[in-house]
Amino acid sequence: MTTIPSAERSLRRSGLWMAIALVLMAGVYVRALAFTPEEATQGLVQKIFYIHAPSAWVAFLAFGIVGVTSALYLFLKDPRLDLFAASAAEVGTVFTTTVLVTGPIWGKEIWGAWWTWDARLTLTLFLWFIYLAYLVLRTAVEEPGRRARYSAVLGILGALLVPFIHVSVYLFRTLHPMPVVLRPGRPELPGSMLVTLLSSFAVFTVFFIALLARRYAWARLVDARAQGEAERADASR
Amino acid sequence: MATASPSGAAAVLEVALLAKRFGHVRALRRVDFALGAGESLSVFGPNGAGKTTLLRILAGLLKPDGGTVRFGGELLVRGDAAHRRRVGLISHYSLLYDGLTAAENLVFYARLYSVAEPRAAAARALAGVGLEARASDQVGTFSRGMIQRLAIARALLHDPDVLLLDEPFSGLDQAAAATLRQLLGRLRAERRTMVLVTHNIDEGLELATHVAIQVAGRFVSLGPRDGDLAAYRIRYAEATAHDG
Amino acid sequence: MASLLAEAWAIAAKDLLLEFRSRTAFLSALVFTALVLAIFNFARDPTAVSAVDLAPGILWITFAFAGMLGLNRAFALERENHALDGLLLSPASRTALYVGKTVANLVFVGAVEAIALPLFALFFNVPLWPVLGPLVLVIALATLGFVAVGTLMSSMAVNTRFAELMLPVLLLPFLVTPIIGAVQTTARILAHRPFVELMPWLKLLAAYDITFVVLCTLIFEFTLEE
Repeated sequence: MTTIPSAERSLRRSGLWMAIALVLMAGVYVRALAFTPEEATQGLVQKIFYIHAPSAWVAFLAFGIVGVTSALYLFLKDPRLDLFAASAAEVGTVFTTTVLVTGPIWGKEIWGAWWTWDARLTLTLFLWFIYLAYLVLRTAVEEPGRRARYSAVLGILGALLVPFIHVSVYLFRTLHPMPVVLRPGRPELPGSMLVTLLSSFAVFTVFFIALLARRYAWARLVDARAQGEAERADASR
Repeated sequence: MATASPSGAAAVLEVALLAKRFGHVRALRRVDFALGAGESLSVFGPNGAGKTTLLRILAGLLKPDGGTVRFGGELLVRGDAAHRRRVGLISHYSLLYDGLTAAENLVFYARLYSVAEPRAAAARALAGVGLEARASDQVGTFSRGMIQRLAIARALLHDPDVLLLDEPFSGLDQAAAATLRQLLGRLRAERRTMVLVTHNIDEGLELATHVAIQVAGRFVSLGPRDGDLAAYRIRYAEATAHDG
Repeated sequence: MASLLAEAWAIAAKDLLLEFRSRTAFLSALVFTALVLAIFNFARDPTAVSAVDLAPGILWITFAFAGMLGLNRAFALERENHALDGLLLSPASRTALYVGKTVANLVFVGAVEAIALPLFALFFNVPLWPVLGPLVLVIALATLGFVAVGTLMSSMAVNTRFAELMLPVLLLPFLVTPIIGAVQTTARILAHRPFVELMPWLKLLAAYDITFVVLCTLIFEFTLEE
C-alpha cells in the first residue's frame, strides 16, 4: 500500500499540474473575453457558453470514468480504484453544478426564463442527482470495503442509466413539444469563436485531469495516514 | 503447532496461514490448525481478538485475504455451495424468522439445503431438541433458551461435517445454559467435529478436546486439552494480560 | 437452473407467507395509496384542468411512492435475528436470493396496484374497463423495471442509517424512464390513441427492463460478499 512520503510526493506533483492548468485557463478566458468577437444577437452573455459547454463535456466524461473505474473495482478489488472513482465523482459533481448554474444564467438572458426543461439541461440535472446519490451513499456507509462495493454498484448502474434518461427526455420533448420563447439554436461559429471554443474544451479537459489527479493524490495521502495509524496501533498490541 | 490429526486420516478441517483485514485493521493473521473427525476445538479470546471473523470465514460468510481452508481435503473456494452443505453455524443470533412457526422455519431451511422430505426431516430435528410440542407455534413466542435449541436443530438439519458455534451461551439463563450444555455434550458423544469460540472460559472448556487462545488475530496457544478449568483460567489471564 | 428457480421460489414463498401473516406493510401501503389519491383531488383546480389530463401522472406518482414503501421490507425482514446470514450460509445462490426477493416484491407491489387501480378509476372518474388490457401491459412493464432496480437498491439501503430516506435518493433517478414511459403510454391509452403511437414508449420500457433486470441480477452478489 502507499507510504506517506510517496503520497506526499504525488500531492506536490499534482499541485504543479494544477498551476499549469490554471495558467492555461486564464489564457483561454482572456482570449474569450478580450480577443473573441461578441455574438450578434445574444451579446456578452453568450460568452458564458465557453464555460458551459466544456463543463458539460467534463461532467459526463467524469461519470464515464466513475462507471469504468467502478467496474474495474468489482473485478480487481483494488481499493485505489475505489478512491479514484470517488475522486472522479466529487470533481464531476463540481463541473455538473457549474453546468446547472451557467445554463440558467444564459437561459434567462436569451429565453426569458431561468429553467425551461431543455433536453440537455434536464439530462444534466439527472446526472447531478445520480452524482449526489453516489456521494450521499458513500457518507452513509462506514465500513470501507462495503462502501467501496456499494459505490461501485451504483457507479455502474448510474453510468448505464444516463443513456436511458437521454433517450427518455428526448422522446418526451420531441413528441411533446414545449413552448419556447427564443431558440438560440446552434451558433454558426465564425472561425475565431470556434477556435476559442475548441481551446476552452481542451483547457477544461486539462483542468479536469489536474483537479482529479490532485483530489486523488489527497485521498491517497489520507488513506496512507490512516494506514500508518492502524499499523502503529497494531504494533503496540 | 497444529493439532495433530488422527492417525493418517485426512483432517476434517484444515486451516493454513489464514489472514483477513478490514480496511487497514488486521483482524486475523496467520492462523493455522487442523481438526480430525470427532475432535472439538474451543477458541477462547477477548472481544476483538478475531474469533467471530475466524468462524465466519469457516462458515463461508467472509472471504479471507490470505491462506487456505480445506474441508475433508478439498479446498474451500468462494461461492462453493458444496462446502456450505458441510458446515452448520450456531450463532448468538438465531437466524430464524419470528413470524414463522418452528416447523415452517425448519422446512424452509430444509428446502434451501435440498434435504430429502423436508417436513419429515424438520419433525425429526424438532424432536431431537425436544421442541416437537411447539412445532406450530411462532418463534416470536419462544423463550431465549427455546430459540437456541431451535437454532441447533436448524444447524443440524443437513447433517453437516463441521459444526461452528459462536458464543452459543450468550444471553442464556442458568436453566437454558444447562440444557444447551446437555445438548452439546450429546453432540460431543456423537463425535461431531466442532469449533466453538467464546470469551467465557467457563463455558465450552468441558466440551473441548483441543483448546486455543486467540489474542489480537492470532493463536497464542493451541493444543489438546490438558488441564482443568483453573489451569486454563491462569493461562488465559496471562495471555490476555498484554492486550488492551 | 432448476435449483435456482426452486431456491428463489422457496425464498419468495417464505417472504410472502411472512407478509401475509403480519399484513402490516401491505395494509399501510394500501392506506397510503388511498390517501395520496384522495389528496391529489385537492391538489388541482377541477374547473381548470380535467381529471383525464392529470390522471396518468397522478396514477404513476402514486404507484411509485407506494411501491417504494414496500421495497425496503424485503431486506429489512432479514435483519431481524441476522436471518440474512442464514440465507448466505445455505447453498442457495446469491442470484436465487435476488430473484426470490424481486418476485416477492413484484407480488407485493402488484397487489397494491391491483387495488389502487379501481380506486383511482373511482376517484377520478376514469373509464378503465375498455382499455384494461393495454393498461395492465404497461403497468406490468413499468413495474418490472422499477421493482428490479428497487430490490437491488434496497439491499444496499437497508444497511445504511436512514434506510427509508436512502432508498428514494438511490432509486428515483432510475424511475425517470419507467415513469416517463408509463405516463406517456397511459395517457395515450386513456385517449384511445392507435397502438402504433405507443410503440416508441413500449420499446423504451422493454429495453430498460431487459437491460436492468439482467444487470441487477448479475451485479447483486456484489452487494453481499465481504
